[in-house]
Amino acid sequence: MPMRFLLLFSRQGKLRLQKWFTPLTDREKKKVIRDVMALVLARPPRSCNFLHWRDIKVVYKRYASLYFCTGLEDQDNELLTLEVLHRYVELLDKYFGNVCELDIIFNFEKAYYILDEFLMGGEVLETSKVAVSVSMENADTLQETMEEYMNRPAF
Amino acid sequence: MPAPIRLRELIRTIRTARTQAEEREMIQKECAAIRSSFREEDNTYRCRNVAKLLYMHMLGYPAHFGQLECLKLIASQKFTDKRIGYLGAMLLLDERQDVHLLMTNCIKNDLNHSTQYVQGLALCTLGCMGSSEMCRDLAGEVEKLLKTSNSYLRKKAALCAVHVIRKVPELMEMFLPATKNLLSEKNHGVLHTSVVLLTEMCERSPDMLAHFRKNEKLVPQLVRILKNLIMSGYSPEHDVSGISDPFLQVRILRLLRILGKSDDDSSEAMNDILAQVATNTETSKNVGNAILYETVLTIMDIKSESGLRVLAINILGRFLLNNDKNIRYVALTSLLKTVQTDHNAVQRHRSTIVDCLKDLDVSIKRRAMELSFALVNGNNIRGMMKELLYFLDSCDPEFKADCASGVFLAAEKYAPSKRWHIDTIMRVLTTAGSYVRDDSVPNLIQLITNSVEMHAYTVQRLYKALLDDISQQPLVQVASWCIGEYGDLLVSGQCEEEEPIQVTEDEVLDVLEGLLVSNLSAAVTRGYSLTAIMKLSTRFSGVNRIKKVVSIYGSSIDVELQQRAVEYNALFKKYDHMRPALLERMPIMEKSASNGPTEIVQTNGETEPSVVDSKHPPPVSQPANQANDLLDLLGGNDVVPVIQTTVPTKPASAGGELLDLLGDLSLSGVPTPAPSVATSQPSFLLDGLSSQPLFNDIAAAAIPPMTAYNKNGLKIDFTFERANPNPNVAVITIHASNSTEADMTDFVFQAAVPKTFQLQLLSPSSNVVPALNQGTVTQVIRVLNPQKLRMRIKLTYTLKGSPVQDLAEVNNFPPQSWQ
Repeated sequence: MPMRFLLLFSRQGKLRLQKWFTPLTDREKKKVIRDVMALVLARPPRSCNFLHWRDIKVVYKRYASLYFCTGLEDQDNELLTLEVLHRYVELLDKYFGNVCELDIIFNFEKAYYILDEFLMGGEVLETSKVAVSVSMENADTLQETMEEYMNRPAF
Repeated sequence: MPAPIRLRELIRTIRTARTQAEEREMIQKECAAIRSSFREEDNTYRCRNVAKLLYMHMLGYPAHFGQLECLKLIASQKFTDKRIGYLGAMLLLDERQDVHLLMTNCIKNDLNHSTQYVQGLALCTLGCMGSSEMCRDLAGEVEKLLKTSNSYLRKKAALCAVHVIRKVPELMEMFLPATKNLLSEKNHGVLHTSVVLLTEMCERSPDMLAHFRKNEKLVPQLVRILKNLIMSGYSPEHDVSGISDPFLQVRILRLLRILGKSDDDSSEAMNDILAQVATNTETSKNVGNAILYETVLTIMDIKSESGLRVLAINILGRFLLNNDKNIRYVALTSLLKTVQTDHNAVQRHRSTIVDCLKDLDVSIKRRAMELSFALVNGNNIRGMMKELLYFLDSCDPEFKADCASGVFLAAEKYAPSKRWHIDTIMRVLTTAGSYVRDDSVPNLIQLITNSVEMHAYTVQRLYKALLDDISQQPLVQVASWCIGEYGDLLVSGQCEEEEPIQVTEDEVLDVLEGLLVSNLSAAVTRGYSLTAIMKLSTRFSGVNRIKKVVSIYGSSIDVELQQRAVEYNALFKKYDHMRPALLERMPIMEKSASNGPTEIVQTNGETEPSVVDSKHPPPVSQPANQANDLLDLLGGNDVVPVIQTTVPTKPASAGGELLDLLGDLSLSGVPTPAPSVATSQPSFLLDGLSSQPLFNDIAAAAIPPMTAYNKNGLKIDFTFERANPNPNVAVITIHASNSTEADMTDFVFQAAVPKTFQLQLLSPSSNVVPALNQGTVTQVIRVLNPQKLRMRIKLTYTLKGSPVQDLAEVNNFPPQSWQ
């Protein structure tokens, strides 16, 4: 079930992560972000997590100060997508240890790397939490080793 | 040159900015530094600079100048560089830029890298944003990796293959061999992505689908895997709230759906496992319900046995009662999809669905409304409409327009009685009047006109509604039209359906004049009320007040109002003799099949006579009519249109065709058509004319009736009377009956007589001859100076969709009819 996009944004409307699974121009992306953000932020607190925008279903869930929001095609299973979002949050939580918005702000590139180990092309890549964590650890090790070798700070 | 600041440092700094301007300034400064750093081809810090650029890009600032740098990072040997480089490529580049093609070579090399994580990066990037060209170039590499034993790479290669197939469907064949033993993997990641790949292939190509069904025996394999997932014990790695790998379960169910659709054998093979999943899945948490949801969708789509289908609908029914809003929403959505095919089963849950109308959540309300309209039928219309009207009262404005339209449609299809229909529409107009669509006003007017027995009741209710509230324009327009039309019934207190109210003529005129002056009235509404006031001049006794109003508006600033007033004024002054005929009661209107603009064809007294101003457009409230045509036909002089009010057929063309008919006749060998329609004898017609049917008090001379025509199931009988005032006029009433099984519609009866006679054809009672002799159409013919009467008649009607036309001569008139 291909997702069209995944967005993370704060209650104040600041974008923290954007992953696009379909090719769109910059202008189109900005429009989608603007519209979807406005719709989601306008929802009253205890509404259901699904809404319709244009021809896609938007599934969103709020975790603390961040909204996790994704756009689905018509035949996709919304309830399962909620589980996908939850799984992503769990992965972030495992990696950062009690993840909060600041972690994602200051380590946005890591958030992307984790996402890329979990989803690809809008589909779930790995269903095991453990497997994703192991991959991240190993890749990180690769990174630091090289940097240590170069005796330079990572960035 | 000092080292560029670190990423986290930059982020910290930018976050301290207090205004947008301050932030912009910081960003511009940093961008300049980064740009110069890029220019210097600094390898060491490129990684850091691109990372910062990506951060600024996320804030919304342009970062395109970093695209080439990403490519350089990808080409670097350091893993850190590659990681950021590929991330940058995915964020900043897309297939629209030519630059991205430069990546192809790098990706190719990285796909063959010794480190699996580098290979993984390349696969990931290709699978997320690879263009068709890149996919074509690299498909071979991906296919190779699909066959590797390394599960980390295999799962990534599978999803990359999915992307390649989506971009270049022709390459699908290439991956077929590699799929052979994908499903025998133990690794869930590989299993999951394999199922996705197989799904994609089956969805895209019916050949593939057939191949996988038959040759690969996919269904048994999938059933086995699913069974293991359900039956196996606790697996901590894949467990979600007690369910083992729900993601994989759902994907398998989805693939089963595709395999089982329209295929009996496959559907048969999966019946058991579906039943098992449906009954055993734990429903306390969202994850269990996600699986159940997918199961229901699968059951509904394949050729499942009926017991399974009922089980599925019941699960949806249980979902509807769940506390969780998401689940209720999902249930309503699914029921909407199945309501067409399993209508009865969904009807059982109607009361729950209707309860969802009262839910607080907007998404749920909308779904419930759509589903409720889909469930309305002849049996439940009364109950459902009550709920829907209640919903209309209390819902948000965004729903009102759709709800009102839905109510009108449902009422039109299933109204149990005319009174109920009118009451329902009244309710909609009074509660959501401003939200109804524009075409509802003429539709409603037509409905009211055609409900003849409800006129008094309708006008009374509308009048009372007007007294309460004149702000909702559609309601006001309909009400003023009705009052203009049926004001006499209102004042005389004739209502049978409810307690008649006491209204004087002055009070009615007060209300209508109030509409004219009120600020709330739209221009269109004012037009309606002015016309209504004018029409009352023939229905009320006191015309002076009306004359005054009309003359005042003759100098109105609104051009439309002014023109109407001027013409109505002229009607009072110069053409007062025409006024009664022109402002008469409206006839029953014909309706065209669809609910598009109705084709209403009649002469009605509403039109400004063409003698006054032939260029005047018909008033907005009036449908198109052919009065002008008729008057033209009659010479366009001071001749009152002869044809009476209730003319569902086309009087203008009837006149023309009669003349034509006479041209055919060669009764007396004279080719020139005798004008049997009264053009040349205005005096005769005016003498005989009255606005009421003539034959009420005719002395029944005992002239025996006769059958004039009997063919193809259509029988026409003539009965005779002598007109009382003028014994030379024979009044013949035709009775048309239909013994076939289908109604005859668009029935037109025309008659012509030899030129020594004169014939007047009055309007028929209707133009539908009901089937199986359930009723007759009657029409009156008056013949002057009857001697041995002969007549040629022409009949046209539509039977079962095909038009029928027939000519006949009637010679067997009884001798008493002309003596």
